[in-house]
Amino acid sequence: MNTKVNLCGIQLDNPVIPASGTFGFGYEFAEIYDINMLGTFSFKGTTLEPRFGNPTPRIAECTAGMINAVGLQNPGVEKVIQEELPKLKKCFHKPVMANVSGFSVEQYVETCRLLDKEEQVGWLEVNVSCPNVHGGGMSFGTSPEAAAEVTKAVKKVTTKPVIIKLSPNVTDIVSIAKACEDAGADGISLINTLLGMRIDLKRRKPIIANTMGGFSGPAIFPVAVRMVYQVSGAVKIPVIGMGGVQSARDVIEMMMAGATAVQVGAMNLVNPFACKEIIEQLPVEMEKLGIENLSDIKRI
Amino acid sequence: MKQSIFEIIKNEALTKDVFRMVLAGDTSAVTASGQFVNIQLDGFFLRRPISVCDYDESTLTLIYKVVGQGTEKMSAMQPGERLDILTGLGNGYNLEKSGEKPVLLGGGVGVPPLYNLCKKLIAKGAQPTVILGFNKKEEVFCEEDFKALGVRVIVTTVDGSYGVKGFVTDALKDVEYTFFYTCGPEPMLRAIGKAAHTPGQYSFEERMGCGFGACMGCSCKTLTGNKRICKEGPVMESEEIIW
Repeated sequence: MNTKVNLCGIQLDNPVIPASGTFGFGYEFAEIYDINMLGTFSFKGTTLEPRFGNPTPRIAECTAGMINAVGLQNPGVEKVIQEELPKLKKCFHKPVMANVSGFSVEQYVETCRLLDKEEQVGWLEVNVSCPNVHGGGMSFGTSPEAAAEVTKAVKKVTTKPVIIKLSPNVTDIVSIAKACEDAGADGISLINTLLGMRIDLKRRKPIIANTMGGFSGPAIFPVAVRMVYQVSGAVKIPVIGMGGVQSARDVIEMMMAGATAVQVGAMNLVNPFACKEIIEQLPVEMEKLGIENLSDIKRI
Repeated sequence: MKQSIFEIIKNEALTKDVFRMVLAGDTSAVTASGQFVNIQLDGFFLRRPISVCDYDESTLTLIYKVVGQGTEKMSAMQPGERLDILTGLGNGYNLEKSGEKPVLLGGGVGVPPLYNLCKKLIAKGAQPTVILGFNKKEEVFCEEDFKALGVRVIVTTVDGSYGVKGFVTDALKDVEYTFFYTCGPEPMLRAIGKAAHTPGQYSFEERMGCGFGACMGCSCKTLTGNKRICKEGPVMESEEIIW
């Protein structure tokens, strides 16, 4: 049974990747299991300047999922490089995926340029899809032109594979993915969270201080499978599928929808061992399905 | 942090909506008074963070208030049922700072984590005074449990239907103390911040995603930098809080 896959020229022991924002910089999880068993992981979304993020409450529960409006809280790229990456190096010995966000093309460019130089960074995952910040994030991912502009600008200053993370909150995700591919993207990851909202019945107010937030969790899995299927049918570059993945079977389903690798997000927050369990279960499910090599799975 | 399965031994009502649940299981990850656990419930996506009232080598006592559908489901659970629980979450109170005569102030469902703290303070030779604040007589719980520890217990009720009329800060005026420990609703914590004449430790509450520091859902700003209520908290020093 072989779980290895190749993501933009780098071999992963398996396709399982904890998604950005659900795994911090890895340490909380490294305390409870050896995170070197992961394919890789995508670290907490990093911006040029430090950010505290949104006011609390930032979290609301939903049926089979949750809404978050954290708002890209992070210490800023300088501290990530000086403090987080040296710490990470001690507990994780594989290339890591650097997740980057910004509020202008220049910010994306500078943050990516700095992280690209870091030895442990294997891929840059450029988030043009955060629904929780104003005037940035998602606004770059909702038009093909803006997404292409960021892609092109980042590609100019980087040497590592650039993966653009797309938002599902758009009319035509395929045109945006193709625009990124044409602009030089090495991969596409999707989907970020769906814009959602919950109301506190007693207070008659939104539960989330920011009113709306990103909906994730098993409830969104079918939407994610559909979008991964649409995008992977239209582009030639690798697609990383994510959105509501909670089991080894979901990982295989994502790959049958056309994903090369698969990210696991919200499940890490309710079951800190989710990725470990999925990785251990993969060979069992492969055997049941008669899959010898995971990388043999073709888009249906 | 440890994930393990606990079995319910007892689940009883203390008031109309406050329950005491005693669980048997591996408590080895619980290392300090004021820590919390995060409980998985069938049919709910996120876990429920509940402070630890008391613990020993093999049992865990939680006192929780029914505030929504999750805790309502918990309140209907029976002895013998099992729960998947993350234990050993958060920092907990620091016993070293207490001095000889610490005062413990609990408001409503903020009372429970002070119980194990009180036991530990007594064990190290301190003489704590406990002030428990409630809205009215029917809501009072844990008074006898603290009294059984042999400490001075003052109960306050906002409507005066039991004990001292008013807030915990009204009772605090007549207490001599060397340090304070508190847990309760934020307006109460603020009032203590104004009234207290010594440093102290506060335990805070916030809606959480994971409860173990991964999601940044429960962050707050302090004078010593951004902190996660679930990881660097829930207990914070009076000197670092920005009210």
